[in-house]
Amino acid sequence: MVNYYAPWKYILLTLIVLSGLIYAAPNLYGEDPAVQISHRVNLIDEVELARVSDLLENEGIEYRSIELDTGFLLIRFDSGDQQLRAVTQIREILADIDKRYGVALNLAPATPEWLTNLNALPMYLGLDLRGGVHFLMEVDMDSAIEKSLERVAGEIRIFMRGEKIRYKSVQVVGEKISTRFNSVAARDEARLILEDEYRNFLFTNANDDRSWFVELSLNQAALEAEKKSAIEQNISTLRNRVNELGVAEPVIQRQGDDRVVVQLPGVQDTVRAKEILGATATLEFRLVYGSFNDWKIAAASGKAPLGAKLYQRSDKSPVLLKRSVIVTGDQIVGAASGIDTRSGTPNVTITMNAKGADRMSKITRDNIGKPMAVVFIEDKFEYREIDGETRRFKTTDTQVINVATIRDQLSKRFEITGLDSTRESRDLALLLRAGALRAPMVIVEERTVGPSLGQENIDRGFISVVVGFIAVLIFMAFYYKIFGLVANLALTLNLVLMLAVLSLLQATLTLPGIAGIVLTVGMAVDANVLIFERIREELRIGNTPQAAIYAGYEKAFGTIIDANITTLIAAIVLFGFGTGPIQGFAITLSIGIVTSMFTAIFGTRAVINLIYGRKTVTRLAI
Amino acid sequence: MAKQLYSEFDFMGLRKPAMLMSATLLLVSIVSLAVLKLNVGIDFTGGSVIEVGYRQSVELQPIRNALASSGFSDAIVQHFGSAKEVLIRLVPKVDQDKAELSSQIIAVLNEASESRIDVRRVDFVGPQVGEELTEDGGLAVLYALIAILIYVSWRFEFRFSLGAVAALIHDVVITLGIFSVLQLDFDLSVLAAILAVIGYSLNDTIVVFDRVRENFRKIRKKTALEVTNISINQTISRTLMTSFTTLLVLLSLFFLGGEAIHSFALALIIGVVVGTYSSVYVATTSVLALGITRSDLLIPEKEDDDPRP
Repeated sequence: MVNYYAPWKYILLTLIVLSGLIYAAPNLYGEDPAVQISHRVNLIDEVELARVSDLLENEGIEYRSIELDTGFLLIRFDSGDQQLRAVTQIREILADIDKRYGVALNLAPATPEWLTNLNALPMYLGLDLRGGVHFLMEVDMDSAIEKSLERVAGEIRIFMRGEKIRYKSVQVVGEKISTRFNSVAARDEARLILEDEYRNFLFTNANDDRSWFVELSLNQAALEAEKKSAIEQNISTLRNRVNELGVAEPVIQRQGDDRVVVQLPGVQDTVRAKEILGATATLEFRLVYGSFNDWKIAAASGKAPLGAKLYQRSDKSPVLLKRSVIVTGDQIVGAASGIDTRSGTPNVTITMNAKGADRMSKITRDNIGKPMAVVFIEDKFEYREIDGETRRFKTTDTQVINVATIRDQLSKRFEITGLDSTRESRDLALLLRAGALRAPMVIVEERTVGPSLGQENIDRGFISVVVGFIAVLIFMAFYYKIFGLVANLALTLNLVLMLAVLSLLQATLTLPGIAGIVLTVGMAVDANVLIFERIREELRIGNTPQAAIYAGYEKAFGTIIDANITTLIAAIVLFGFGTGPIQGFAITLSIGIVTSMFTAIFGTRAVINLIYGRKTVTRLAI
Repeated sequence: MAKQLYSEFDFMGLRKPAMLMSATLLLVSIVSLAVLKLNVGIDFTGGSVIEVGYRQSVELQPIRNALASSGFSDAIVQHFGSAKEVLIRLVPKVDQDKAELSSQIIAVLNEASESRIDVRRVDFVGPQVGEELTEDGGLAVLYALIAILIYVSWRFEFRFSLGAVAALIHDVVITLGIFSVLQLDFDLSVLAAILAVIGYSLNDTIVVFDRVRENFRKIRKKTALEVTNISINQTISRTLMTSFTTLLVLLSLFFLGGEAIHSFALALIIGVVVGTYSSVYVATTSVLALGITRSDLLIPEKEDDDPRP
């Protein structure tokens, strides 16, 4: 029963304190305004470094440093003003060279090199603190499946023609592809051949008075695979689009079966971000059907002739287009906006892939002098309440943006004109470049925090931590005297360790996270209060100071463990079931519980032993 | 007895009035939750909230008019924090894509304002996400309670875990009840606070239980009621101290943390006060009422090395 800690315990404590200080330190250095340059395909190298530093020197824009990181270039500035001037210049110059450069505003941690060498990095600030956009997007799986069934239906038609199977029709009905035949014999023969070819499908027979059907539906495994590939393809498209937007350190992650989280730190123009991300726009090129008169008749009756489809132009006037599509948006490999030299209006220059170019060139060759239309297709969603439940419905907005006479045989590259504004042409080019989404996506949750509110949240969070912390320190010192001061040391160490662990885990600090830290400060003293009250009790029943210290720590230990483990259970459950903000709170709370047990039990004991241990003590200042 | 070892307040003597008070509070809470319901935010119902900042103080009426003339007559417009900040709420209704709605609102506000407005925050939650959050939140509370029930049963005794869970339900219901009666904003952060209250209140309860268990094993000649009373007296200063320091930081959060964590801090303040009370009166009283005796807690082999004189 001696209040003595072996030297190794002090060495351990010192090591922990030191590493705590080192890993918490990066958070003190703040961030530099910076510009980050990347390229969609290539890694950035010395060539760009030289080019950009020459540019900045020529323009007389001062910068703090320019460094080549793995694949990207980071230029730091002293002020946001210089940063903004630089970013416009760099964007202009680089866009002239190659459209695939991404130039983004960024805040780069100003951690000194000796710390980064030790892998000591600051915590990542959440969007609610640094400002930015958080989107949760949901993939419309039904239409993803429908689209891929449509594709297979097309293949089946070609396949059956190739195999000389006589069929009446192939159609997608709901989640099935329905193939129709004139006789049982034809149907059965076709089924055998199809079953052999389309192994991912389940086959069922059906018939009505005049026709016989084979219905194909995707089997479970194929359905899952289809969904998986739909979401993955959408993620890669989103990634392309985000790169186009020029955002540093974006987060694009799959969440659950059909959702994607997109976080864009520092994005200010959220309206545009939303439009670009959520847009499911694609283009189709079709030949025009009939004459102006045919269009009027069709519009009046609402019925299109066989082989044609009724569309509206931007000015709402009707137009009939042929049902068969020349090429679709997914065959586009490049798109650039510009100004049409002849008319002076905005245009988009499009580059097709080989297959698309081939088809385009054949069809335009055969149709010189005839009109061709560019159709812009965009999926939109609306909510309607049905039986008290809100459901989502998809509507497709289709518009003919341009009808022009084919003057020449078109090939790989051609122009679309007739756009209303340069912004429209820029956005259209961007969407076409980044690729179409495999399936439409809808934003089911948005959290945007403006930069001013972000800074305010940091400031307020910081102040409330400091004030709460100091209030507790004063109170403890006042109430428990020397022991209170020791508890205060432990409390401070606890705060340092929490920051260190959060930084080591590269956790994202959010406002609820700060609340978790504040709450932990309040609760961390609990362990010490338990110990100190126990020591006071032991003293009251007449134990010697040394025995009281010993018994106080000993007896409070079990209580502290029980109390903290139950709280930890609550925190872990919180983490498991919560989403974003709740998880941030749960993480800091859990870490705080663990570090506070260490500092409040082991930490204070070490100091108390140092002060009172192995001495004759008559009174304790408690 | 030469020196008074601890306060000797007859806590258990007050257990009947306390139970009456708890029962009344619970009843009021449940009725209020049923009638007034919670003033749940868009986190759970779905909808949009837009917070914008102006250069100067602004009147709300012109903003309302501008929104109404653009077809947003059902938008709730109010000041937030100061007269320069305005909060616009849109309830979910039959309409277009909701995520686009906020963009339209911002455009309307920009047009109506002389200087450019600062978009401080946009929250949009789709109806399905809201439903999921409500479900997940409810499940989180339920699972937390079950996990705690198991742990406390294992560490103490089954009746103790019933007492602990009774106290937790008491705290959660009353905290929710106060939010309902005062119609305070109930958002995701408040749900997190409620869960933190569970953790906190439990912490308090366990400390008292721990002492009850210790004393049952140590003090042989007293009734269960007397032992409980002694245990509460021995732990009361610690209970109050910890609650006090926690309240200190919570008050700091409440007054200085800004609007964003106002409700969160308030829920915790209410929870800590109710939780402190319940660890004494609800948890311990329930255990007593369930008829715990000394023999339930005896460990057959050892212990009792330090019998009280």
